[in-house]
Amino acid sequence: MGIRVLKDKCIGCKICVPVCPTSAITVVDKKAVIDLDKCTMCGACPSSCKFKAIEIVKEDVQVVDKSQYKGIWVFAEQYEGDVHPVALELLGEGSKLAKELGVELCAVLLGDSSVEKEAKELIAYGADKVYLATAPELKNYTTLPYASIISDAIRQYKPEIVLFGATTTGRDLASRIAARINAGLTADCTGLAIDKETKLLQQTRPAFGGNIMATIICKNHRPQMSTVRPKVFKKSEPDHKRKGEVIKVPAKIDQKDLLVRIIDIIKDTSVKVNLAEAEIIVSGGRGLGEASNFKLVEELAAVIGGAVGASRATVDAGWISSHHQVGQTGKTVCPKLYIAVGISGAIQHLAGMQSSDIIVAINRDPDAPIFKIATYGIVGDLFEIVPKLTKKLKEVRG
Amino acid sequence: MNIIVCIKQVPGTTQVKINPETNTLVREGVEAIINPFDENAIEAALQLRDKNGGKVTVITMGPPQAANALKDAIALGVDEVVLISDRAFAGSDTWATSYTLASAIKKIGQYDLIICGKQAIDGDTAQVGPGVAEFLGLPQVTFAVGLEVANGVLKVNRLLEETNEMLELDLPALVTVVKHINTPRMPSFKGKIKAKNAVVPQWGAKDINADDNKIGLKGSPTSVVKIFTPPPKGGGEILKGSADEMVDTLVKKLRDRKVC
Repeated sequence: MGIRVLKDKCIGCKICVPVCPTSAITVVDKKAVIDLDKCTMCGACPSSCKFKAIEIVKEDVQVVDKSQYKGIWVFAEQYEGDVHPVALELLGEGSKLAKELGVELCAVLLGDSSVEKEAKELIAYGADKVYLATAPELKNYTTLPYASIISDAIRQYKPEIVLFGATTTGRDLASRIAARINAGLTADCTGLAIDKETKLLQQTRPAFGGNIMATIICKNHRPQMSTVRPKVFKKSEPDHKRKGEVIKVPAKIDQKDLLVRIIDIIKDTSVKVNLAEAEIIVSGGRGLGEASNFKLVEELAAVIGGAVGASRATVDAGWISSHHQVGQTGKTVCPKLYIAVGISGAIQHLAGMQSSDIIVAINRDPDAPIFKIATYGIVGDLFEIVPKLTKKLKEVRG
Repeated sequence: MNIIVCIKQVPGTTQVKINPETNTLVREGVEAIINPFDENAIEAALQLRDKNGGKVTVITMGPPQAANALKDAIALGVDEVVLISDRAFAGSDTWATSYTLASAIKKIGQYDLIICGKQAIDGDTAQVGPGVAEFLGLPQVTFAVGLEVANGVLKVNRLLEETNEMLELDLPALVTVVKHINTPRMPSFKGKIKAKNAVVPQWGAKDINADDNKIGLKGSPTSVVKIFTPPPKGGGEILKGSADEMVDTLVKKLRDRKVC
């Protein structure tokens, strides 16, 4: 077990050397040598080698009887009694995976009694079964009661795959459950597929701010769990005639799980459209000059039904609240259209938005890094361009 | 009040380069830094200590060179550090990392609060904080943008997508923090001298009584099967002409692509 260089395959090409994040590889006598004191077995070098000369061998440990685990579950996150769109997207993708595996697709719904109505919706969007737990204490999400109920249900019903939205709630909850039930969890996936031979879930995710992609599997532990970014997958067309089964799960609330008390929930009224959900985002940067000029961004966003984003500099300057911040230390977004206004494009900002479908950059500086990733660039004065763009879009959209 | 902060040494992102010939990430010569969110975690801990008294202990799991991140933490004014390092930890995923850190924290024993950054900028998973909390049986609050302690009660302002949640819980607990919670201090001259002379204690798998089946490659449920560089974005286009012409062209292109 461990990492090794296959001497007969290695030609000493040195491609792996700069790939190593811990500088553990040197080439001695035309063969790669790995310093095991530095190596963290991150998996970067085996993928980089064109000759398949480096391999990480993992011992196969039988942890659970995998044959007992069947079916795909989707956590149906809800807020104020309404199911979050990402859950419907996961049902859309989950149906495809379930079909490939020939298994059932199930949704897991927790909340107070007001969520019961959503079970029908989940069935319309593709769930064959809905596991429902209701109790007044489950109205708002808190980690421990949710983690306990879902962990118990997973232990009892044994799904092979469990998917969560990569929202603040989904990431908080899935991490806790995975640790508790000894399951593998892959964060923030942007691609899911079933391996034809092994039937394992292949989970692809960006790392390093989207600079690299990694495909991850979970071979021996069950269930295979992932959090999946909102907007990556499409909802199916709802079919309200679809039949499904609602299974009530006991909502056992252990007093020990009520340690965290919600005192207040404060809505940021400046957030009109949730960034993670938005199809279109218009973001403002330092080029706006001052807080009041954010209205240019807001007007443009309003015309095309977009959300307002912001660079870190503007949030730090107090021009706009941190709910709007896009980038490595803010939110990662992937809308259909991202319009960057007066944003130069520091790598930390790019890390949060470079996977957007279409990127428009409006900036005075032709050398701004944002133009390197922009689909369409306008080099010019934003104070002239943006109002014209807003006006023109208003005209053509009627 | 005893606070333990878990940090990670990561390559500084701003210097990430792609080798165009091999299409691989070039990380050689990239300076290793304390994960930015973990700097906020250290700062949050120092502020709570300065106000309430007590001790801040910073731990990290990583290869021997991760000791440098701990020295940087000493320069910032933390009281104690421990490097959790052992060849047996190599290949750990977030599950095994959480288990390992939790085992080390159990060995430290006395703590009221554990603080982590919300995620590391190399892996971006945000899974280790909650994992550590689970292995220690502690309540967790992720994505904190404000922290206050009064009479053993922790008040947390939690930053969600569109809302802030105000929470209260009794200590001990684990909290992960976002960037906007504070502005990390700079190291003092005295701190730098202290860091330079510091000997970083190192604990291996045996020292923390870790179960061999739960650490490193063997203890990790997930494995990376492939790492690749995403295909570069199709060539961008800089629009030409007067302001009006550029705006017209842009609107036409966006309408043609049916995005607005």
